[in-house]
Amino acid sequence: MTFETILFYVLALAGIVSALLVITRRNPMHAALFLIVNFVALAGIYLTLHAQFVAITQVLVYAGAIMVLVLFVIMLLNLQNEQDLFEKRSWRSYSGPILSLLLLALLLRTVAFVSGGSFDRISPESERIGTVANIGQQLFTAFVFPFEMASLLLLAAMVGAVILAKKRFP
Amino acid sequence: MIPISHYLILSAVMFTIGCAGVLTRRNAIIIFMCIELMLNSVNLTFVAFSAYLGDSAGQIIVFFVMAVAAAEAAVGLAIVLALFRNKKSVDINDVNILKW
Amino acid sequence: MDVLDIAIALIKIVVMFVVVLLTVAELVYTERKISAWIQNRVGPNRVGWLGLLQPYADVVKLLLKEDIVPAAANRFIHTLAPVISIGVAFSTLAVIPIAGPTITLFGRTVHMVIADVNVGILYVLALTSMGVYGLTLSGWASNNKYSLLGGLRSAAQMISYELSMGLSLIGVIMITGSLQLTDIVHHQHGWMWNLVLQPVGFITFLVASFAETNRAPFDLPEAEPELVGGYHTEYSSFKFALFFLAEYANMITSSAVITTLYLGGWQVPYLETFGLSDGWMVLVQILAFMLKVAFLLFFFQWVRWSVPRFRYDQLMNLGWKVMLPLAIANIVLTGALLLFL
Repeated sequence: MTFETILFYVLALAGIVSALLVITRRNPMHAALFLIVNFVALAGIYLTLHAQFVAITQVLVYAGAIMVLVLFVIMLLNLQNEQDLFEKRSWRSYSGPILSLLLLALLLRTVAFVSGGSFDRISPESERIGTVANIGQQLFTAFVFPFEMASLLLLAAMVGAVILAKKRFP
Repeated sequence: MIPISHYLILSAVMFTIGCAGVLTRRNAIIIFMCIELMLNSVNLTFVAFSAYLGDSAGQIIVFFVMAVAAAEAAVGLAIVLALFRNKKSVDINDVNILKW
Repeated sequence: MDVLDIAIALIKIVVMFVVVLLTVAELVYTERKISAWIQNRVGPNRVGWLGLLQPYADVVKLLLKEDIVPAAANRFIHTLAPVISIGVAFSTLAVIPIAGPTITLFGRTVHMVIADVNVGILYVLALTSMGVYGLTLSGWASNNKYSLLGGLRSAAQMISYELSMGLSLIGVIMITGSLQLTDIVHHQHGWMWNLVLQPVGFITFLVASFAETNRAPFDLPEAEPELVGGYHTEYSSFKFALFFLAEYANMITSSAVITTLYLGGWQVPYLETFGLSDGWMVLVQILAFMLKVAFLLFFFQWVRWSVPRFRYDQLMNLGWKVMLPLAIANIVLTGALLLFL
């Protein structure tokens, strides 16, 4: 057991437990906090895959920007606990988990196909791939068109968010 | 060494948890967070394949997924705000005007 | 990586921690003295020689007070919030290089930085963005409307100013071509500090740092005439002391970051012409670094006691309508100059 292996299993456990807590807490604030824990654990898992840039962007974008926005909205609306989540048993509260378990079985069956060959150990190339230099190089050469499209998408989202959140339409 | 299947199993479990959350919860913000959870588990798959196959395309896709998630967060939360302003609640069961 | 390496890393961390803690204590003293000086008062002068022991008396007073948690508060998050604040403030210092040459200790070459990661600037930005949770959560967990307003304000303010902070950094990254902080310092050799090359970026970064550390004139999350005490209204005793400590530690951290990025870090112009040995070079450079940080700390306090607080809409206007366009214009200008010169 190397240090990285132990780190992976600890972080994987933290990720699963925090994900479970996200969907079971009644208070939206607590759910958001556990989601942040989940994101930070995932950033650690990316580091075990030598993906430095993705790991730091994960913390910067998800934990640092998106979740702050979510917390802001929760605090702005001053949301209380979701009352009848556990009292009122509807067909939703049974069908959801059952369908999800079926999905899990399907996904795990697919995972079973992936083994052997290069899938047993991390490629030695991964050290070079994860660096900012490589990602930036790829982004501005081979992937420059999707990159520009992403900027358009963000612009459209920005305009849309401003229009939607406006109090009164002129 | 950890085989890739462990990363994929972790990703599958997290995707399922997110899916269960979307199907069972009724608070719009929590549903939104569960969608983020699902996006993240897919990101994990991309990064794992990228590292094991030695191909940088996986990590670049993750970058675009993050851009889409940021856009989704802005628009989604704006919708939640507009919803709250009209209905005084973020329960998705209250949003049933288009339901027949 | 054996025991000796780990021991050296631990020694570095402990030294950094102790130095910052002692600086925080004296910073509280200088803040009171400088405010007194600016307002024509005497300031603390009773405890110890010239009142130098005043901060320690303050700490003892705070620790001896009763720790009150409001009945309706969320106990766990109420306790967690100051811990996040202080942890984030200290961990940023791990990537700041404080001297150039390496020294040899127990037969090992020791670099004058705790961790030289190659995504240094992004690490600093990521931790800064995590810092907002301390204030926001404390505001929410106190279950008090003034605290909640303070927390809301801090979340909105930090998100708005993080943008111009990140964008003003792009100019520095474009000039250096690296995200590693040691590379950035090495690139600012002699008088070619980024302050000279990036004056607009420096100003936007400085203003954004004021907003990120919640210092006046941007201390709206704790604006005492409007919000009682803002996010820390419901905090007392040790937890209040932690918030206090975090505010000053944040000041030190951002001063160190500004020094590294724009004021040449540990660089002293023409130092190599004196032909000093590596050991002396390290000493002089650490001193130079500390002097630059000390000047910025003084500047922080000078501004706090000279400039009145912004109104909230003015803060948002400044962030989105002035700082952001300025930072973007700076990027365009830097890019054009780099391309055509």
